[in-house]
Amino acid sequence: MALIELEDVRRSFTVRTRTGRLRREKREVHAVDGLTFDIEAGACVGYIGPNGAGKSTTIKMLTGILVPSSGQLRVAGVDPARERTALARRIGVVFGQRTTLWWDLPLRDSYELARRIYRIPDARYRANLDRCVELLELGGLLDTPVRQLSLGQRMRGDLAAALLHDPQVLYLDEPTIGLDVVSKGRVREFLRQVNREQGTTVLLTTHDLVDIEQLCDRVMVIDHGRLVHDGDLAGLHAVGMSERTLVVDLAEARPPIEVAGARVVKVDGPRQWLAFPAQQSAAPVVAAVAERYPLVDLSVREPAIEDVIAKMYARVAIG
Amino acid sequence: MPVSAKPGGPPRGRPPRTATAGAARVYLAVAAGSFRRYSTYRAATLAGAFTNTVFGFILAYSFLALWQARPGLGGYDTAQAVTYIWVSQALLVTVAVWGGGFQDDVQERFRTGDIAVDLYRPVDFQGWWLAGDLGRAGFHLVARGAAPMIAGALVFDLRVPHDPLVWAGFLLSVLLAVLVSFGLRYLVVLTGFWLHDSDGVRSVMLVVSMFFSGMLLPIGLFPGLLGEIAPLLPWASLVQVPTDVFLERSTGAGLLGALGFQAAWAVVLLALGRIVQLLATRRVVVQGG
Repeated sequence: MALIELEDVRRSFTVRTRTGRLRREKREVHAVDGLTFDIEAGACVGYIGPNGAGKSTTIKMLTGILVPSSGQLRVAGVDPARERTALARRIGVVFGQRTTLWWDLPLRDSYELARRIYRIPDARYRANLDRCVELLELGGLLDTPVRQLSLGQRMRGDLAAALLHDPQVLYLDEPTIGLDVVSKGRVREFLRQVNREQGTTVLLTTHDLVDIEQLCDRVMVIDHGRLVHDGDLAGLHAVGMSERTLVVDLAEARPPIEVAGARVVKVDGPRQWLAFPAQQSAAPVVAAVAERYPLVDLSVREPAIEDVIAKMYARVAIG
Repeated sequence: MPVSAKPGGPPRGRPPRTATAGAARVYLAVAAGSFRRYSTYRAATLAGAFTNTVFGFILAYSFLALWQARPGLGGYDTAQAVTYIWVSQALLVTVAVWGGGFQDDVQERFRTGDIAVDLYRPVDFQGWWLAGDLGRAGFHLVARGAAPMIAGALVFDLRVPHDPLVWAGFLLSVLLAVLVSFGLRYLVVLTGFWLHDSDGVRSVMLVVSMFFSGMLLPIGLFPGLLGEIAPLLPWASLVQVPTDVFLERSTGAGLLGALGFQAAWAVVLLALGRIVQLLATRRVVVQGG
């Protein structure tokens, strides 16, 4: 049985807009429009989509603070909205832009409180806290009031707070937002460890695709409340019509050259950039160029996942 | 789908027998944390206590002048009238007559959206904030209550009770006052679920509270019908009732009646808060935030 199961889950909101002095128009907005997916225990899944795509609405329904308008939704075998409090003991939630820590008090106080809230047995609490402190390098910070922590430190503090009670599922909403490169690396390394070694199921929303590349073996892309992709990163390239780039240095500057199966996207002096589908081999394109033009040097660039996603969003918006 | 086969996770349904003790420890931890939290801001506390003291002096001299012109006004002798000022100053922040305390926190959480995080926690919303507010009140009773009171006692001839039983009754009355005050503020803050910002309601409540709590003037001095209604309203529990207990105007059966009056309002308001909370969370869960 999958840990998280959604079947044709929909959620719509009624939005009232003023149309006249007194008149108001009611409009239905479908934030989530027929989502179906399963997540197995122990998976690490990236959940991405443009702003307003329905990511947060999904997370709210998964944690039980929002009821779906229709459809079936189960997390760890229970209906989240109906058993929110019971479920809350078994999940961890971290928001990059919010904190659950006690602002004016030392970090340690928030952990002590979590221990009481989740009724964590002493031995387990100590073991978990020690592990988090070590992996997240919180040792010197435990007695610092949270308001004095840097964003990166606070984020690490929040991660520890969400994991002290050994949750089965960890929901992360943009956990690396606003962090510098070093802090991002540290957070990712920690998440990888939690997922691989503790077996905690992780569902991660982010706009930073490096998070996805480094952590997730599966990506779900949502737009306008629907899944537009569900699979691995390689599959995303196929679906996203991603292109590789062949950069050629010709003997002299020329107008854009003509090559079958590729098109010139940029020209800079003798250097030209040719795009061709990512699934295709570069060999025929190289051969075609070499056959007709004097070639000095060449290189092939792999598609950036950002571009793939950007293209995907744009396509969905047009379609 | 087989729900029963669920290895790993803790058992579903009722938590173990120690649930009540466990919950009590959560709230104790919250109250203690809140007490410590307020105690971290020493400069603010000092400034606040100083302001209380200055206002105490101004009002005490005004009352002295008033009672010299009209001795025995409202059944208070001059020493009682001056003591009334200092006790009410001690209660002003402790009981949060002007609003505030947890109210500021919750309003801020509405504004930032952090309120959603609170719903992820397996803790009762009302219990959480009540525990925090009691911790705060405990700190303010010492820092913003006792300190100005001592300053007043050094200059004025105050009517301080000698009977430890009166002191016990007074402290109990202050506790009930905080509960009533919490009940009122909680209702105000919950309007945020519908209005997004409860600031407007709060300003109205501030005026009502100042007037009907006895903070400006003992409500026994109000004329006519107003004087008859005011003592029955919940706000009388905030300042008027505990101060009268302190001044030994409510003794014996009168004391029990006074405490009973406060307790009744506390129960009514807290129960009302629970109902509104239920409606509010249902609204959020069903209609979205």
